Amino acid sequence: MNRCTWAGRWLARMGACALGASLLLLARTGGASLGGDSASVEVDRAWAKGETRILVTGTHTVHEIYLPEGTLVSEYVSPAGVVFGVTWRGPFRPDIRQLLGAYFEEFREAAEASKRSHAGRGPLVVNHPNLVVEMTGHPRAFFGRAYVRSLLPQGFALDDIR
Amino acid sequence: MRPALVSLVCFLGAAGCSSHGVSTAPNTLAITANSGPPGVGYINGLFTSVTVCAPGTSRCQRIDYALVDTGSVGLRILSASAGGGLSIALPLETDPAGDALAECAGFIDGYTWGPLRVADVTMGSELARSVPVQVIGDPAFAEVPASCSATGGVGQDSIETVRTFAILGVGPAPQDCGFACAESVTADDTENPGNVYYACSPGACVPAAVPLGAQVQNPVSLLPVDNNGVMVRLPSVAQGGEASVGGSLVFGIGTQANNALGSATVLALDPDTLTLPTTFRGKSYAMSFIDSGSNAIYFLDSSATSLPACPGGLEDFDCPATPGTVAFRATIEGGNGVSSSVSFAVANAEALFTDETNACFADLAGPGAGSDYFDWGLPFFYGRGVFYAIEGASVEGGQTPFVAY
Repeated sequence: MNRCTWAGRWLARMGACALGASLLLLARTGGASLGGDSASVEVDRAWAKGETRILVTGTHTVHEIYLPEGTLVSEYVSPAGVVFGVTWRGPFRPDIRQLLGAYFEEFREAAEASKRSHAGRGPLVVNHPNLVVEMTGHPRAFFGRAYVRSLLPQGFALDDIR
Repeated sequence: MRPALVSLVCFLGAAGCSSHGVSTAPNTLAITANSGPPGVGYINGLFTSVTVCAPGTSRCQRIDYALVDTGSVGLRILSASAGGGLSIALPLETDPAGDALAECAGFIDGYTWGPLRVADVTMGSELARSVPVQVIGDPAFAEVPASCSATGGVGQDSIETVRTFAILGVGPAPQDCGFACAESVTADDTENPGNVYYACSPGACVPAAVPLGAQVQNPVSLLPVDNNGVMVRLPSVAQGGEASVGGSLVFGIGTQANNALGSATVLALDPDTLTLPTTFRGKSYAMSFIDSGSNAIYFLDSSATSLPACPGGLEDFDCPATPGTVAFRATIEGGNGVSSSVSFAVANAEALFTDETNACFADLAGPGAGSDYFDWGLPFFYGRGVFYAIEGASVEGGQTPFVAY
């Protein structure tokens, strides 16, 4: 199987079927780290290396980045130009350190501390007063999301981060 | 000593077990849901024993408490120095340049890092030869590449974080990563091999594309017979929980008298993601999966289920306020247009855990992370026989990959 075909099938599953391999390129910007401002978009351009499209809604803007490996990263930007949420979905986990930016250490420490009193395997949820990170999936299909409560735009519904 | 010796032999699935009521069919491996390795206190962990040998030799070791995991593919063994059981030397797998291959394998809540090594793997009385496996916590590969730890979650490198001595991934694929890791998307074929496989020369491990046959393999696929899938069979668990229940992992589907599909409902899986939708209260959750390696049914959150999460330290589980259980129904939908209505019940996890001798709970659930999936964990398997047909294998009764029960 051709890898590009394979990645295209992933995109189709993610609802980008109509766009297919020839994505509508509204912009060539990369992603920005959680909590970063619009200036960080340019900093991250080299990291993403993926095709990007931008969806504008009433309360926020979504930057969708299709990584070459086949994973879709979506970054949610407030009207003030701040990245308040990120999601990922695909065959590879993206660089979560890059995606979470200044919040990665808080997430990493919480994850390492999550030695449960009743051991077992399940999704990883970090639910802090300000930072929320939800990580799950299995080989060939990883997904998750992260957001910062204090950065959510007014009128934003959490269900829209998915 | 004699009783212990007999039970040891039985656990290996060898002759002499019929007097204990354990099936001794040659394609059958005894499995047990219990609290896991000493001191771990695993909840809803499904375990077995396998024997690994340096290929073609009699230098062998039995590995107990191998987690039977239909949500992953391949055998991963925790080294003795990291608190596991593997102490014999297994040869490294190398690429054509002579560099050792290593892997950053993603799991639901983190990753395992370690080299690929080659072993003959005996499961029950069936032998898979020269199987690429991953060794976790390998002291010769202590440094985790930054691009691996950047994938986040729990770095599972010791008994405290892996919580088992091995993971026996028998999910419905022949390799753990597949085409995604075998080729690079870019024309020059080197730029973006992903962050799963690595080639390690002295001093550094760099991401590498690895051909299908060199990836970590499903040991079931490499059996000489009965190699097109498995069935996980477990008895029901009494309400309130049990300390331990025994069942069987049967190799092959429709290859022997004991592994016929019979009247099981066949549900096709998405061949790329190995997922299948679950519909709940009129809404479809596309990325759902049925996973013996998850220890509860993880689904949605309290705003959708009205199930409050448990307090203090048990937030991973649901704690309904009402006594008894809360009943739910959902529909699992195969890609072949077949669907299956499933009822399940959720009890208060804090109440379930008050009897600390119990480790098996059919009514254990927890909130999912994110909202687009159901993770049908081990509670789904109690009282069922669940088939997993391996992608690309030939199974009479359905196009692979599929699950059936």
